[in-house]
Amino acid sequence: MLPSVIGKYSLIFGFLISFPIFYYSFIDYKKSGNLDTKIISFSFLQLLFILISFICLIISFVISDFSNETVFNNSHTTKPLFYKIAGTWGNHEGSLLLWLLVLTLFVFIFLLTSKRQTKNYRILTTIFQQIIIFGFFVFVIKTSNPFSHIFPDPNEGLGLNPILQDPALAIHPPILYLGYVGASIIFSSALSATVLNYISSSWASHIKTWTYISWIFLTLGILLGSIWAYYELGWGGFWFWDPVENVSLMPWLALTTLIHCLIVLEKRTLLKSWVIILSITTFTLSMSGTFLVRSGILNSVHTFANDPERGIFILLFLFSLIILSLVIFFFFNKNQDRNSSNFFWLSKDTSLLINNWFMMYFLSVVLIGTLYPIFLDVISSEKISVGPPFYHKLIAPFLLFFLVAMAIGPKLSWIKSKFVEKFSLISFFGISLLLSSYLVFKLNIDFLINTLLLSTAFFLFLITFKDFFINKTKNISQKISHFGFALFILSVLLNNFLSSEIVTNLKVGESYDDGKVKIYLEKVEKFKKQNYESVIGYFDITDQKNKTEKFKPELRIYNQPVIITSEADIKTNLFYDKFLVINVVQNQNYFNLRYQFKPLMSWIWISVLIISMGGLTNLLYSRNEK
Amino acid sequence: MKNKIVPFLVFFFFIFIFFVFYKSLNQTNIYTPNVNLNKNIPEFEAKIFKSNESFSSKDFKLNEYYLINIWASWCAPCRLEHKYLLELNDINSLKMIGINYKDLKLNAENFLNDLGNPYDLILSDDNGKLSINWGAYGVPETFIVFNNKIVKKYTGPLNEINVQEIRKILSQ
Repeated sequence: MLPSVIGKYSLIFGFLISFPIFYYSFIDYKKSGNLDTKIISFSFLQLLFILISFICLIISFVISDFSNETVFNNSHTTKPLFYKIAGTWGNHEGSLLLWLLVLTLFVFIFLLTSKRQTKNYRILTTIFQQIIIFGFFVFVIKTSNPFSHIFPDPNEGLGLNPILQDPALAIHPPILYLGYVGASIIFSSALSATVLNYISSSWASHIKTWTYISWIFLTLGILLGSIWAYYELGWGGFWFWDPVENVSLMPWLALTTLIHCLIVLEKRTLLKSWVIILSITTFTLSMSGTFLVRSGILNSVHTFANDPERGIFILLFLFSLIILSLVIFFFFNKNQDRNSSNFFWLSKDTSLLINNWFMMYFLSVVLIGTLYPIFLDVISSEKISVGPPFYHKLIAPFLLFFLVAMAIGPKLSWIKSKFVEKFSLISFFGISLLLSSYLVFKLNIDFLINTLLLSTAFFLFLITFKDFFINKTKNISQKISHFGFALFILSVLLNNFLSSEIVTNLKVGESYDDGKVKIYLEKVEKFKKQNYESVIGYFDITDQKNKTEKFKPELRIYNQPVIITSEADIKTNLFYDKFLVINVVQNQNYFNLRYQFKPLMSWIWISVLIISMGGLTNLLYSRNEK
Repeated sequence: MKNKIVPFLVFFFFIFIFFVFYKSLNQTNIYTPNVNLNKNIPEFEAKIFKSNESFSSKDFKLNEYYLINIWASWCAPCRLEHKYLLELNDINSLKMIGINYKDLKLNAENFLNDLGNPYDLILSDDNGKLSINWGAYGVPETFIVFNNKIVKKYTGPLNEINVQEIRKILSQ
């Protein structure tokens, strides 16, 4: 129908505009003077066409135009309006169109905001960005056109996967994409700055804004995904080291490291090669993430369609970009950081360098854990899965030093520093050590490692908290983010130590009692809803203080397509979450139930929010300073 | 010297990764749950599409291969796999039973008139219950039955490779 047709042609027009942009960029690159405004106009036109195309796709979803294959595959007339709209990017084709939209939007914003940079740098960045855009255009139009037509028109669609029908997940892809695609600007800009030998402290302060923008969105995107997994999938935790989660964590780690490197570059014009490599790594990891998840190499809830043609295309595209950036790096990068003698062992510079190495270590752990199973499968056809113990064992010991370094590092001054506030640092460490030994002793858990972990976490927490009261406005964003991180680690650790779980089978009228908690299944009711049938269990749970709460976990049997999902009933307050999820036991009247007591769950979410707030403050704050 | 080796190693490393990814792309990792394999076929009684007579699970003969294909005229992938079904129809030792899933009779007939009828027998499944009994996830889906047992199951449209696989099963 009409919107589909408009969208299709608009997409093609957008693609064609890549050519004049390339043409004028090359012409203008050789000329002197100011940037040709034609480039900006064409970029705007390209953005406009994609926007029209994207809006058309949304309209097709809203009016349930099933002659459009994407709509047919992913929507249904009985779907609530909100999920019809969210369905636009809840599928492979639509999400790629969103990628394109954000790519063109960002390059346009880049052109508008980079007026103070030199002309050739702006043009070259546009060219690199346009190469990425061009690749995505070919990919979308050739292998995953969102406007493919089906004839005859089916009168009903196949439906959106019900586990994707969740408010957090509806906005998770766009937010995450803003983060990923923001990294593309950093990538293009780092490449062009390398070619032009433009990497300098002024470039660092210019590109910093983009790093913060994509970092904030990436952080929030991961947070939303994690919240969704907790509430919707009913896995009962916030992070599972699932490959799909890992591929979003890896660019985050690289980007976080990049932010710290840029600080050094800005202040001391050091670590140039680090910055270039990290800029390339961040975007490459974002792209690989998309590739691994979308091609179906990693089996997950995100796998939309296993079309090998698509996989090969992204793979080729990804590796051409990698090769291109490697060539540029090796041929043009003249910044040999041979001046390691410039690093005095006790200084902010060194502590930031240490931070880099730690982050790279964490990144490699995650990378190996995620990719090793794939490699092993290919090389020896052996299937293994890497679980949380691997990550915990490899990360926890290093976390100790990392946390201490993080507490002390920001206090050091540039170039050369002396130990200041020795007394307060040591006394704070003493306090944390006592506090955590007491806690660990009380909880009766494995002594040594837990005491150390907990005390370093407390130490960082106390130090970062104290920092708010000295030099209030100096580095406020760093203080907020580091405090958020300290709170995060502390919540995670305490949550880990204090959680408890009961798994049992019950039928109506029965109860479970272990002396601490009493669970009683009162009744089970069935309801018919718009697009699913719901089975609700009514539970009474009495805790040690004889306080009884009612829980109503739900099973949803969706009709289009037929999928059963468990909706956990989660009672959240500031201090703890109580989590109850049920499942059917085959061919019996019994329900399998999992009850979890999880302290400080909401603080994990809050702390991540605080971390991202730090980035936001930096954006707003540095704006005001200028 | 060192400067030339590093780039070379890095390129080599990435090329290696490329090939690993490339190979893993071609490896299937859709693991069909094996729960339904080698299980007895479900007991059912269904209406025959054209004649209003009924067909039940007891009518399956022993020592004979059956292909059960769940399809609908509104299902786009069904169109794609149709030519493979027609190809399989040429095999005499294979009885093909279509289950017409939630469809209008007229549309279904038009579909078969347009594309050809590969089925020896078609059962109607107006409310979708029959397909659920078979443990289907969606349309199209194909089962190979031998001696009242499901020996193979395909989710989604059949392709060239599946057809060869089926031929192989039959020749055993």
